[in-house]
Amino acid sequence: MTQTTQATAMSTPAEPNLAHTNLVGFNTIVIREFSRIVRIWSQTVVPPAITATLYFVIFGSLIGRRLGDMGGYTYIQYIAPGLIMMQVITNSYGNVVSSFFGAKFGKHIEELLVSPLPNWLIVAGYVVGGVSRGLVVGGVVTVITLIFTHLHVHDMLVVMSAVLLSSIVFSLLGMINAIFAKNFDQITFIPTFVLTPLTYLGGVFYTIEMLPQWAQHVSHANPILYMVNAFRFGFIGVSDVNVGFAYAIMIGAVVVLYVACVWLLQRGVGTRE
Amino acid sequence: MQALSFRGLTKTYKNGVQALKGIDLDVEEGDFFALLGPNGAGKTTAIGIVTSLVNKSGGTVEVFGHDIDRELAAAKSCIGLVPQEMNFNQFETVTTILINQAGFYGIPRHTARERLEKNLNALQLWDKRNAVARSLSGGMKRRLMIARALMHEPRLLILDEPTAGVDIEVRRTMWTFMRDINAAGTTIILTTHYLEEAENLCRHVAIIDKGRIIENDRMSRVLRKLQTEVFVFNLRNPIAAAPALPGYTVTMPDDHTLEIEVSKDQNLNDIFSRLSGVGIEVLSMRNKSNRLEELFMRLVDKGSEQAAAHV
Repeated sequence: MTQTTQATAMSTPAEPNLAHTNLVGFNTIVIREFSRIVRIWSQTVVPPAITATLYFVIFGSLIGRRLGDMGGYTYIQYIAPGLIMMQVITNSYGNVVSSFFGAKFGKHIEELLVSPLPNWLIVAGYVVGGVSRGLVVGGVVTVITLIFTHLHVHDMLVVMSAVLLSSIVFSLLGMINAIFAKNFDQITFIPTFVLTPLTYLGGVFYTIEMLPQWAQHVSHANPILYMVNAFRFGFIGVSDVNVGFAYAIMIGAVVVLYVACVWLLQRGVGTRE
Repeated sequence: MQALSFRGLTKTYKNGVQALKGIDLDVEEGDFFALLGPNGAGKTTAIGIVTSLVNKSGGTVEVFGHDIDRELAAAKSCIGLVPQEMNFNQFETVTTILINQAGFYGIPRHTARERLEKNLNALQLWDKRNAVARSLSGGMKRRLMIARALMHEPRLLILDEPTAGVDIEVRRTMWTFMRDINAAGTTIILTTHYLEEAENLCRHVAIIDKGRIIENDRMSRVLRKLQTEVFVFNLRNPIAAAPALPGYTVTMPDDHTLEIEVSKDQNLNDIFSRLSGVGIEVLSMRNKSNRLEELFMRLVDKGSEQAAAHV
């Protein structure tokens, strides 16, 4: 390795074109994140597919047949959007929290921190990674849904925008969790004790009209209720909440959480000493 | 032009530890600079601030004239870092790690592939390009980090103990590689615990202890500050007792070896003629200890004594 001719010739570089650097850097983060999703497909795509299948078999076919219609649709058609959204939410969150915390734990987050890439772009790159997994899994679960029932689409634009915004929101939440986490327990705590209960109580399996009045009021404090219902509205045109208000909540959450993530990275919380 | 400049650099950690107490330091472009100090002296903190892995408490840092407070991206683009601890994804292949690294600095994939081949060949890792990083040996992992740091052809390469735990053969080939890239124009800052390494490679040295620079000069001038050196003479024939050499301190570790302490105003010719005069034939001669190591220990010990006196 010692030949002088092989040594790296260091020329004085021209001033870096930051826009070009950012574009290539962003693509690199996204490709790396997507490659990770594909590389560990048995952990990223297969489990949600199996879980969704079990939900459709048990709640959709076996129990659902005895429940009758809900909102004018069969029970399996009513819960299908919620089940898809549930997997999108948990996988978007899970992708960013595990990837970012894994990078912190293995110290290779330093590759990004010492690079000239700005923090807003690093956050955007990880979010696109989370959204990619959310949408891939959402697509797989949708295909499984179609095996069990017909999916009526009321408004495709609402379907796509609701799933995209929800995925971004939970990718950003996953990032905040990863930034603060100091060990692996702390990246499983929020999904287990906060995300899962909120998802199950967010109207995935029922309309909140079935609940007593006080429980309906409490349910309105659950942000996942708005996401599930906006998504469901896109499919079957039925919602427990005002869809416009649901969008306001999702867009507001995206802005607030994105600014929070960039600010935390800027301050070096959990990443710099 | 200065590759790196610190002015009044301070760092106090949340636990109250003052790691840097107002450091001023300049590293000229093209230099091969040693930053030395005992464990916990503040070397890695200083490097962490330059590479923005550590937030500074005060002072200014400029990299090729780019202030890290105002032009952070431009400053970072100039730096290649080989950290002390392994910090690549152990589950990725060598090629993926290097291509990604280039991407983070805006280097397109086709250019990255050319540089990857050049750097991996130069560092004898080409055969391992498809290997998963965790399967590499310790020495290979160190070389991988050097190859990674060179992917964006940095003007300033910071090597934080790059040869730690590496066998002597690999270490020496890494030294040659570092000399070559320095000769090609890259400024290098090296921290190491192998002081022989710093003495052999570096033209300037700064010694940092307890957050302060206690020595900063050309390597040759620093070494001249040593008042005495101990030389070891290997003798052809055994001797019964150490010869009396007035003006010199002579010890005899065994019957074939003499150790003689020589001060700056004495010379070796005089010693050789005196040994010849008493019939002692010298086969070979060497320094007993590494000169920089000796100076380092004296400076650090002196610093500790002064600190104790102020308590």
